[in-house]
Amino acid sequence: MAEIKYTTADPKGVLTGIHYMDGNHAACEGALAAGCRFAAGYPITPSTEVVERFSARIPLVGGVFIQMEDEIASSICLQGAVWAGLKAMTVTSGPGISLMQEHIGLAACLETPCVFVNVQRGGPSTGLPTLPGQADMQQCRWGSHGDYEVIALSPSTVQESFDFIIDAFNLAEIYRVPVFFMMDECVGHMTEKLVIPEADKIKVVERRYTSKPPEEYLPFKPDPDLVPEMVKAGDGYRFHVTGLTHDERGYPVINAQAQKEMVYRLVEKVEKNAPKIWRYEEDEVEDADVVVLSYGISARVALKAIEMAREKGIRVGRMRLIVVWPFPEPRVKEIASKVKAIVVPELNIRGQVAREVERIVEGTCRVVRVPHAGGTVHDPQEILDAIMEAAK
Amino acid sequence: MATAEKKKKFRGVVYVAPERCKGCAICVEFCPTGAITMSDRFNSKGYHYPEFTYPDKCTGCGLCGMYCPDFAIYGFREKIGEGA
Amino acid sequence: MSVVEGIKENPVEEFLRTDRLPHVWCSGCGIGTTVNCFARAVKECGIPLNDLAIVSGIGCTGRVAGYLRLDSFHTTHGRAIAFATGLHLANPELKVVVYSGDGDLVGIGGNHFIHAARRNLDITVILINNFTYAMTGGQVTPTAPLDSIETTTPYGVFEQNFNLPHLAASCGAVYVARWTAYHVMQVKKAMVEALNKKGFSFIEIIAPCPTIYLRRNRLGSAIDELKYYKEHSVIQHGADTRDVGIDIRRPEKIIVGKFVDIEKPDYLTAMNEHLGEVLGDKYVRWGE
Repeated sequence: MAEIKYTTADPKGVLTGIHYMDGNHAACEGALAAGCRFAAGYPITPSTEVVERFSARIPLVGGVFIQMEDEIASSICLQGAVWAGLKAMTVTSGPGISLMQEHIGLAACLETPCVFVNVQRGGPSTGLPTLPGQADMQQCRWGSHGDYEVIALSPSTVQESFDFIIDAFNLAEIYRVPVFFMMDECVGHMTEKLVIPEADKIKVVERRYTSKPPEEYLPFKPDPDLVPEMVKAGDGYRFHVTGLTHDERGYPVINAQAQKEMVYRLVEKVEKNAPKIWRYEEDEVEDADVVVLSYGISARVALKAIEMAREKGIRVGRMRLIVVWPFPEPRVKEIASKVKAIVVPELNIRGQVAREVERIVEGTCRVVRVPHAGGTVHDPQEILDAIMEAAK
Repeated sequence: MATAEKKKKFRGVVYVAPERCKGCAICVEFCPTGAITMSDRFNSKGYHYPEFTYPDKCTGCGLCGMYCPDFAIYGFREKIGEGA
Repeated sequence: MSVVEGIKENPVEEFLRTDRLPHVWCSGCGIGTTVNCFARAVKECGIPLNDLAIVSGIGCTGRVAGYLRLDSFHTTHGRAIAFATGLHLANPELKVVVYSGDGDLVGIGGNHFIHAARRNLDITVILINNFTYAMTGGQVTPTAPLDSIETTTPYGVFEQNFNLPHLAASCGAVYVARWTAYHVMQVKKAMVEALNKKGFSFIEIIAPCPTIYLRRNRLGSAIDELKYYKEHSVIQHGADTRDVGIDIRRPEKIIVGKFVDIEKPDYLTAMNEHLGEVLGDKYVRWGE
């Protein structure tokens, strides 16, 4: 089995120092630090600044940016670059991510390690191009047809836009899945302090290339962790990959057995490795009556409400998801067994994450949704009201 | 005739893989010298396949192998060794 | 040497995933014929097979990638060129060939086709034109000539079709040729020229689809179709591409030949030259 090979960032891509920049630019710098040397994108608000910066920076670092003719093209162009050996991303929002869905399925099926940055805006359709939403959280999980599994991270700050996109690239390499970096308009356009460390302080995962000779190599034969080793075009393996259901050789096999073997592994390689992928932040959860569970910009807005509630003497804990998918089911179950209620503020009205919490807690505690249609963030008072109600 | 045979430095050779053949007969149709014909026999999928019936006619031009959509036939020019 | 052993001498053999034969293409289908030409062209060019990558979309011709023992990518419907764009730009040392059909490349994939030509991306696009979406049973494609009977035009095609050489040329392709599956030697030669060409090279190969297009349009067998190509093709190298459209089902003449062969900087050359000029020493040249 290929061990995970950590290395440190290539200093060429690392803008070490203290900066004042917005989340979109920070995400671009994070991607460069992570070793991303290829981006394909198409202009769309509110994400465009990521690729604008990439197009300015990459000629000085060594790599390629190409503005493709649409998002469909961008979302497969980057996969070509990955199979030629580069780390690559595409960046989009709203209608753009809808257009990319087919190729998210392709990335899942070909097990192309790559990063899709989605700076979420209000929808549906053209919706609110310049204003925030968190209403793509289920789309990123289920958006393409068929069974597969992805990983999604969500930053709340500019610093995290830098830090966590590096993790997104690393997770993509470890598990060979498309990883979603679920930003939102607020985080993307918010300007604050960013500290970029020295390159040798940044941990980067190398691609899990096989050491097997071509005659022994099977492109989709998994290691014990269910992830297959990779090769790239030009290395003499003369391999085949297809979006059709395929066997370990990568050859199409159109029957129920092959389908079962393939889709179960695509799902299980994330599900079974989930304990290594889950990532969340907690505070004062242990003796809480109410826990506020959130992510991205909403988790940040919730901080104020939590502070206000604590001033009123309510015992409120906080759980913030950094990795949203896979969802930390056992931990949420455990919390549910100890609290009166879990309050879930998010910028969508159908409870895209709240619904997942409801499913997991199975009525053990109340789940209080704090829906918001997007266009702005919650008023902390709304979240406070929900906490007060939940604490009753 | 015997003298002409002796002067030939090359001969055409055609190989057939019957199991790959789907019986389109394009090779037979476009063989410039009529060296191949369709067999009366069937392969396991039920297709008639070509046979190298008239080796003497073959010039080894290789067109049969260029046309064959199924990679089932290959014609080429072979040097006739001394004493052959 | 047994009969089947002898087949291994065929130049196409080392290109094939022989463990996947027989292939899915119907008896008389022209796609396999073009693959024979491709194998011979690559050998003639001396391109090491390890440096050659093939990208296909979806459909009958989309299956080419699956049968070639090269680094081969069977991608999504219409997007082979977009995938090839990333493959080529990320590793310009690869020779990237897109091999797909008319419905795939200029129907659903038309946008990528015109933009790759416009950018003069250094890839070769081989388009097998059988005038139909054969894999799905024979629906109308943007190349289907007037009056063609397709499953979705049961009363005949009445919309105008694409003139592909003109489309490619007007978008900026530096090499444009059209041949038919009858013209095996010319197809091979065109492939050699296209593979050696720096920039976006395009070959349209008109090929018989006996099971779907020919049958439904009562045009006879694959052999009949190849004979028709033989009798009605007119070689006009350098023809004005505006004049080479195939607007009816059985035109008096199909104009074939090499229509465009010009020099223009390809995408990466232009990128390196331009950024080098603007950024000077700060620019990290790519792929050179």
